[in-house]
Amino acid sequence: MENGDRLRIQLESAPRLYQASSRSFQFWKILALPLLLFIAIPLVALFAHVSITDLMKNLNQRQVIEAISLSLVTSFTATFITLIFGTPVAYLLAQRHSRTHRLVDTLIDLPLVLPPSVAGVALLMAFGRNGMIGGWLSAVGIEIPFTMTAVIMAQVFIASPFYVKAASIGFASIDPELKQAASLDGAGNWRIFREIDLPLSRMALLSGSVMTWARALGEFGATIIFAGNFPGRTQTMPLAIYMGFEIDMEVALTLSVILIGLSFLTLIIVKGILHRRIEADLEFRST
Amino acid sequence: MLKVLQRILMVMPLITSVSCDIPSQLEPVQTQIIFVLAAASLTEPFSELGRQFEAQNPNTKVEFSFAGSQQLAQQLGQGAPGDVFASASQKYLDAAVQANRVAKDKAQIFAKNRLVVIYPKDNPAGLEDLQGLAKPGLKLILAAKEVPVGEYSLDFLDKASDDPAFSPMFKATVLKNVVSFEENVKAVYTKIALGEADAGIVWISDITPDGAGQVGSLDIPEALNLIAAYPIAAISDSKHPDLARAFIDLVMSPAGQQVLQKYHFISAFP
Repeated sequence: MENGDRLRIQLESAPRLYQASSRSFQFWKILALPLLLFIAIPLVALFAHVSITDLMKNLNQRQVIEAISLSLVTSFTATFITLIFGTPVAYLLAQRHSRTHRLVDTLIDLPLVLPPSVAGVALLMAFGRNGMIGGWLSAVGIEIPFTMTAVIMAQVFIASPFYVKAASIGFASIDPELKQAASLDGAGNWRIFREIDLPLSRMALLSGSVMTWARALGEFGATIIFAGNFPGRTQTMPLAIYMGFEIDMEVALTLSVILIGLSFLTLIIVKGILHRRIEADLEFRST
Repeated sequence: MLKVLQRILMVMPLITSVSCDIPSQLEPVQTQIIFVLAAASLTEPFSELGRQFEAQNPNTKVEFSFAGSQQLAQQLGQGAPGDVFASASQKYLDAAVQANRVAKDKAQIFAKNRLVVIYPKDNPAGLEDLQGLAKPGLKLILAAKEVPVGEYSLDFLDKASDDPAFSPMFKATVLKNVVSFEENVKAVYTKIALGEADAGIVWISDITPDGAGQVGSLDIPEALNLIAAYPIAAISDSKHPDLARAFIDLVMSPAGQQVLQKYHFISAFP
């Protein structure tokens, strides 16, 4: 109750604070304008270049359809794999006091800051035909580069940290006493995870997976190096945009518009619906 | 999106080179920079020629943008600044003429190049002759058809399919073996040198003296090969037309031709 009261006081006093400083707010609005316009104008310009009829016509091209379906299949698979293998990592990361925490945390941050092209070269060094693991795989007849598997691997490498980070925040926000109580009542690890962690952090897990999916959809640098460019097999939407930019601007524009639309939709889902739910959850838990 | 960003970043040095012009008009001793857009296959010889040019012309600096010719032509079409354009095919020089960035009929052929099949030095597919490219399961990398070398590779496959020494199905069978269409010729070379695929088709000039140990090569006989002519031209709105001319003169000079031949280009003046 105490927390709830404090929150209510904060919320009620907030509008008054804004009114008092509305002039300075105007000032910051003007200063914020250049960067906001800089980001918005190219996006608008892209849309201005494509008419709906052109868009519909280009959507029927074989190359466009192949790129879209390949992108959807690979990005959903990459997200699914991330959910399975990323959840244990997130759980580990949520245990802030463990000794390996910093190491795991840094490792998970690396793909976020690495240039994707570096990731592509690194994947080749590891899983290429003569790579550390790839050499051994090719000896038993498995070759990864230039396959759809390579596309998915590049996406998991680049995009999985988004889910892991979000999920670990979700797990860490759960009151440990809840789990202790469950454990005293005789619940096992798996049951605690299934009946406490999973339901209480579901919104964080969901928004994390949406971000991972969106990032996987946009993956380019690692894919073109590790998986190459073959229409229908490894040419995802970003690759088709890149190749199309030089010959068929129409294809590039159509796919760009679709990708921007999807990114926009993703962010609206994550920010609008999910974050509101998370805040509501947190508020509910604190009262 | 990413690519567009990269393009913006690529143009940044151009902007700085333009801003260097302003002081140069006030003070004639300031360093002048010329910007040369050149096909990726010219990376090694042009870098060397750039150093020669700087040594011969004090207070000048040559900056290069090496990329697929189709990409450079596209950039010129979008208004990217520059002083000299050297393309791996007439087609993309014509595109620059179309975009009013190069004066019509001003281009000169400065070098010729021919195709060669390369394979990793341990030859994992046991490739022994050109017919072997059609072996089932062989992994072949070509440049995309938009890249000059990719277009010529397809022409070679067409010619071979018409040749009695090859099966009429040669082109179709070989194309089934393609695992990737790379965006520029250097990417084809690198992936073969790394051993990621069994064979690739590149320019003979791509086998640099440094890289000769990494790959083996199969010659394509003259009757099937395509001799690509490389045109060079000054860009019509160049800020340094004299220097642009001087750089082209160096490329055409015996000394320039010698550097090109060192990297396996065929001289334009046999």
